[in-house]
Amino acid sequence: MGAIGQNEILFLAQGLKWTLLLSIIGFVGGGVFGLGIALARTSERSALRKTAAGYISVFQGTPLLMQLFVVYYGIALLGVSIEAWMAVAIAFTLHASAFLGEIWRGGIQAIPKGQTEAANALGLHYLSRMKDVVLPQAFKVSLPATIGFLVQLIKGTSLAAIVGFIELARAGQIVSNQTYRPLLIFGIVGAIYFTICWPLSLYGARLENRMAKAAR
Amino acid sequence: MNYVLDFSVVFEKMPDLLMAALATIGLALTGMSLALVIGVIGVAARTSSIRPLRTAVIAFVEVVRNTPFLVQIFFIFFALPMMGIRLNPTITAIIALGLNGGAYAIEIIRGGVDNIQKGQVEAGLALGLHKTQVFRLIVLKPALRAIYPSLTSQFIMLTLTTSVCTSIAAYELTSVAQIIESDTFRSFEVYFAITLMYLVISWMMMGLFALISRHFFSYPVR
Repeated sequence: MGAIGQNEILFLAQGLKWTLLLSIIGFVGGGVFGLGIALARTSERSALRKTAAGYISVFQGTPLLMQLFVVYYGIALLGVSIEAWMAVAIAFTLHASAFLGEIWRGGIQAIPKGQTEAANALGLHYLSRMKDVVLPQAFKVSLPATIGFLVQLIKGTSLAAIVGFIELARAGQIVSNQTYRPLLIFGIVGAIYFTICWPLSLYGARLENRMAKAAR
Repeated sequence: MNYVLDFSVVFEKMPDLLMAALATIGLALTGMSLALVIGVIGVAARTSSIRPLRTAVIAFVEVVRNTPFLVQIFFIFFALPMMGIRLNPTITAIIALGLNGGAYAIEIIRGGVDNIQKGQVEAGLALGLHKTQVFRLIVLKPALRAIYPSLTSQFIMLTLTTSVCTSIAAYELTSVAQIIESDTFRSFEVYFAITLMYLVISWMMMGLFALISRHFFSYPVR
């Protein structure tokens, strides 16, 4: 058994940095594209609606791990040479955009029709109707589910380890192989994920409770 | 670029892939059953009068739901042999899937049980129904109906999560695909093909769940 020294801790910290970066890129990128997906999914044009629905159902019906593999090797096939972290980040962005798009579609559809009709009657065009009337309320309604998905995404970045990308879980695997102390290392790695995810989960649950009480 | 897509390897290995897909379905179904058992026992423990038991269940649920499945399966994979238990990777995968799915099932089932109103039970008894009839018709069936959508979508997630079991080399679709990939270097073709297979598997499961729902739960509520 090897000792857990400064080097091992530093290596895990490096991995943690990538876990956080991947989560942030995936969430922000997924948020931008996800907004587009949600708008397409609730659009008045049936072709847009159907395309968005298809996109969502493919991403919700296949394992995240496969999405990583297909995007990772698919980009390589296109002949563009980009770094591994970028390929993985693109995969997480696409994944997050489908899930956030579906969550926000629910939020948009939960806003009473009267709001849209009132905005129309006031002569607001689509952009300002969405930006100023519908979306602010929709985001508020979907906040607990959005936070829930963020937790899913942070945990999901661990799958980049299977593609060979060194983030927290892969760093843990490597350190565990070097020190022969899998239980301790995976215990530490699990505790790090828990420290990041648990406060988010608690916050999401609190918001949800507060909304449920307000709705009663 | 001059890479030519060649899916012939996928067709050559189709028998292997189909067998592996069946293994994935089997893994998912056994994982779901174990998750359901853990869910029911967990809810019983979660609502018991013994405080340490309640706390233990809450801790289990929170830890499982806030750590990645990959880390959980590695932990179990290494923890079991240290306790002197030697199991093959596929059994280990079933245990990991069952524990993971079980934690989510506990939360979902608890929500369903919490929602049953006491007045309904009393009304049933007042109408002269037997205690077992009250439990079966007034407690169990509506509770199952209420949690059915979230429980089944959690089961679909569990089915997709089986792919992560490749990390401990359990026998399922992704691990077989990885072996084929390392033999043939047709990475994109192989992964693209099995992605479609996963899509078909999850659509089949959704169809099955919808059928079950239509058979058991299609009755007017109000």
